[in-house]
Amino acid sequence: MVGHGWETVIGLETHVQLGTVSKMFCGCSTAFGAPPNTNICPVCVGLPGALPVPNEQAVKLAVRAALALGCTVHAKSVFARKNYFYPDLPKGYQISQFDHPLATLGGLEFLSPDRGVVRATIERLHLEEDAGKSLHDRIPKATAVDLNRAGLPLVEIVTGADFRSPAEARAYLQTLKQVLEYIGVSDCDMEKGSLRVDANVSVRRAGAEALGVKTEVKNINSFAYVEKALTVERDRQVGVLEAGGGVTQETMLYDSKENAVRPQRSKEQSHDYRYFPEPDLPPLVLAPSWVEEQRQLLPELPGAKRERFVAQYGLVAQDAAVLTHSRAVADYFEGVVHAGAEPKAAANWVMGEALANAKDHGEELRVPAASLAQLIALVKGGTVSHQAAKRVFGELATRGGDPRTIAESLGLIQVADTNVLGGWVTEVVNANAAEVGRYRAGETKLMAFFVGQVMKVSRGKADPKLVQKVLAEKLAG
Amino acid sequence: MSDGTDIVAAARAVATRIGKAKRLNAVLTSPAELRKSLLQQSKTVHPSGVLYGMAVAVKDNICTLEFPTTCGSKILEGYESPYEATVVARLKAAGALIAGKTNCDEFAMGSSTEHSAWGRTLHPTDKTRVPGGSSGGSAAIVAAGAVTAALGSETGGSVRQPASFCGVVGIKPTYGRVSRYGLVAFGSSLDQIGVLGRSVHDAARVLSVISGRDPKDSTCEDRDPLRLPTVPENLQGFVIGVPKEYFPADLDPGVRRACERAIRTLRELGASVREVSLPHTQYAVPTYYIVAPAEASSNLARFDGVRYGPRFDGAADVRALYRATRGEGFGEEVRRRIMVGTYVLSSGYYDAYYRKAQQVRALIAQDFRNAFDRGVDLLFTPTTPTTAFKAGEKLADPVAMYLADIFVCPANLAGLPAMSLPVGRVKGLPVGGQLIGQAFLEDEMLEAAYALERAVPGTAEA
Repeated sequence: MVGHGWETVIGLETHVQLGTVSKMFCGCSTAFGAPPNTNICPVCVGLPGALPVPNEQAVKLAVRAALALGCTVHAKSVFARKNYFYPDLPKGYQISQFDHPLATLGGLEFLSPDRGVVRATIERLHLEEDAGKSLHDRIPKATAVDLNRAGLPLVEIVTGADFRSPAEARAYLQTLKQVLEYIGVSDCDMEKGSLRVDANVSVRRAGAEALGVKTEVKNINSFAYVEKALTVERDRQVGVLEAGGGVTQETMLYDSKENAVRPQRSKEQSHDYRYFPEPDLPPLVLAPSWVEEQRQLLPELPGAKRERFVAQYGLVAQDAAVLTHSRAVADYFEGVVHAGAEPKAAANWVMGEALANAKDHGEELRVPAASLAQLIALVKGGTVSHQAAKRVFGELATRGGDPRTIAESLGLIQVADTNVLGGWVTEVVNANAAEVGRYRAGETKLMAFFVGQVMKVSRGKADPKLVQKVLAEKLAG
Repeated sequence: MSDGTDIVAAARAVATRIGKAKRLNAVLTSPAELRKSLLQQSKTVHPSGVLYGMAVAVKDNICTLEFPTTCGSKILEGYESPYEATVVARLKAAGALIAGKTNCDEFAMGSSTEHSAWGRTLHPTDKTRVPGGSSGGSAAIVAAGAVTAALGSETGGSVRQPASFCGVVGIKPTYGRVSRYGLVAFGSSLDQIGVLGRSVHDAARVLSVISGRDPKDSTCEDRDPLRLPTVPENLQGFVIGVPKEYFPADLDPGVRRACERAIRTLRELGASVREVSLPHTQYAVPTYYIVAPAEASSNLARFDGVRYGPRFDGAADVRALYRATRGEGFGEEVRRRIMVGTYVLSSGYYDAYYRKAQQVRALIAQDFRNAFDRGVDLLFTPTTPTTAFKAGEKLADPVAMYLADIFVCPANLAGLPAMSLPVGRVKGLPVGGQLIGQAFLEDEMLEAAYALERAVPGTAEA
């Protein structure tokens, strides 16, 4: 365990793949998982003479991301070439943005596990293209290169050194992912590489003003590893400093199997990218009215939606947070309410049955919102019991259909006919003479027992409230 | 030509003429391969096109499907592009025949067509001299009368300078007038495809066909193709500026005489000629030799032996592969410019070189705007300070070679249209006169060129 009295300082650079159909500078498909080198063309392979043409949809999504993060979107930004040699970088440079990025100075509020609501500074957000992928395990003693990924559209989102623990960094990332998913900019799937994180980490004595020497941690491949990787590096730095040593400014690669970091070999480190303005692309000029259109297209963001759910539907904050966690669930909940369900009942059904069912089926909300609203109405009207309704829900999820028809076909419609109920009640009273005696002697809590017995005999079809009423009359007599 | 027999005969004749000019080493395509392709093309070419049957040779740094595209470099030996340049597709759609690939300085870096991995191109009338460059093969094959026109490319005068040396017409359009898609990049902010032709009209017709918007090139302006002007009776109303910086004391006396004769002709045609000053002209060559190599160092990074082109191994690892491929594959002048370009973009030097050069470039462009703002329509200058020089003469002295482009590279830095046309001869060698126009006003420039071409004794000793 690491000694106390140290403060961790972390800044994050996140690369997010924009959810476009085609690549950043050519018409190739962005589909994940295609056979190697099938989504390629002269432009993204960097053939001699080929030229880039910006993807308007990518620019739109990047601008929406910038606006959702409260950034200033610049009327003019400039593409720049970042030059370095690597086999999976087809042109020998990456088209990025450097001293004139698309957007600067925004912020994102997130819930820190230690400090409550914290606002992370977004220093910049810029557009760039992805590189290809080097595969070291496909061909013995050789490296294979897959260029399907080369040219995918990315935004790089850079924060200030605003996080004070690995857990905080993780909380920020989850909030960032939530926001970007909400606005439909990216699926933020770390496993598919559509969200990648590099972190700058340093430590300093608690209370110290000056920042310590930082390292950059790369190769963090999943959300689960973010906290682990940063903790390992934080602990390593504290260990070095407590032993009287000094931290070297270098790039560390995280190895998730070993849960360890190792310095990147100096050969792999590139020191001078020789950035200069990309002469193949004019500056990106965005009319203020166009940027405003993009702002209008932004949906309600998670924080605002959470507050609205509390105010509009009278939900407790905790429930509102669960329901707004993803835009799909929030939209679904509101769909149920708009179809006529009472908000609290709708919330309970969505957070209960609907989310449990979705969890087992790839997050798919399988019962249409209107059907769920009808089912809730059946419960409220006493047509089916709550227990029976859960069975109907299961049927709706698997086979679909009309809730009332399903309830009828399963024989789950509650029987409110006092003649029929009377028969079941008589049957139960006759079969339990001893209990009837004890009840009449004053042991009234046995009512629950009798109701249960009637429900059993009716195979769940009896309306429990009516049963209680008929029982009370019968037992009194 | 309705039954197609004439075009087959025309194709044969072109192949034969190019074959006869083989000693010039102007065309890289072998005569057999060329004949086969031309006959094939003549069977499929569109008879309705405005260039129907015209043979157009193409510089080897422009991608074609019919022939390999090597840029005069070992590093692209045998490279066959899977796609063709927009300009080539437009020529074919207009009915032109693609008459082989022309020799050039490696990656268009040079002013003499001596820096080709496939050997130097000879001057069409004096084999001891150079044809200019880098589009020397295109200029020489047009001058030899084998083709009506040829495509070249310019980064710093590479169409106009060889046109001047070989006695043909060479036009560089405004930056953004012609798509660069399929032109192998050298200095992207300067590169522009141009045309060499036997006459102003031949070159202009081809330019008109290849010009106009192209969604594949973001730097190509959203404009209709160039419309050709009619040949004017005279040049009354034209104000032609003659920049004094382009007539220095050490200008070759023969070139001066030819150009002064052309200026008198312009006056006789009714143009008003006045002296102007472009004070930053002296900085054009040094500025060019920072901007162009900087962009080249990045543009040529893709030639690494990983995806295409030959590999020069001994490759123990990827670094060794890069070193061997680039060390062996690129010639000396290309390596020199990559090194210069890498240096001027390096951290700590960027401000002193690249940024400063961009600032000076803006001043050079402003010089031209100032002249045009004062009522000048066009500028007239010599295209080159001398006639064609001897082969080998400047190889040992790169700076002397670079200065051969002193009058042509300012138009590239400013992005302006410019052209060279023959205005006379000195000791049998052609002299070119240069017209520099205003951005996207090629039509005015061509009007003046039509009139001057008709009136000036372009092949007479000055």
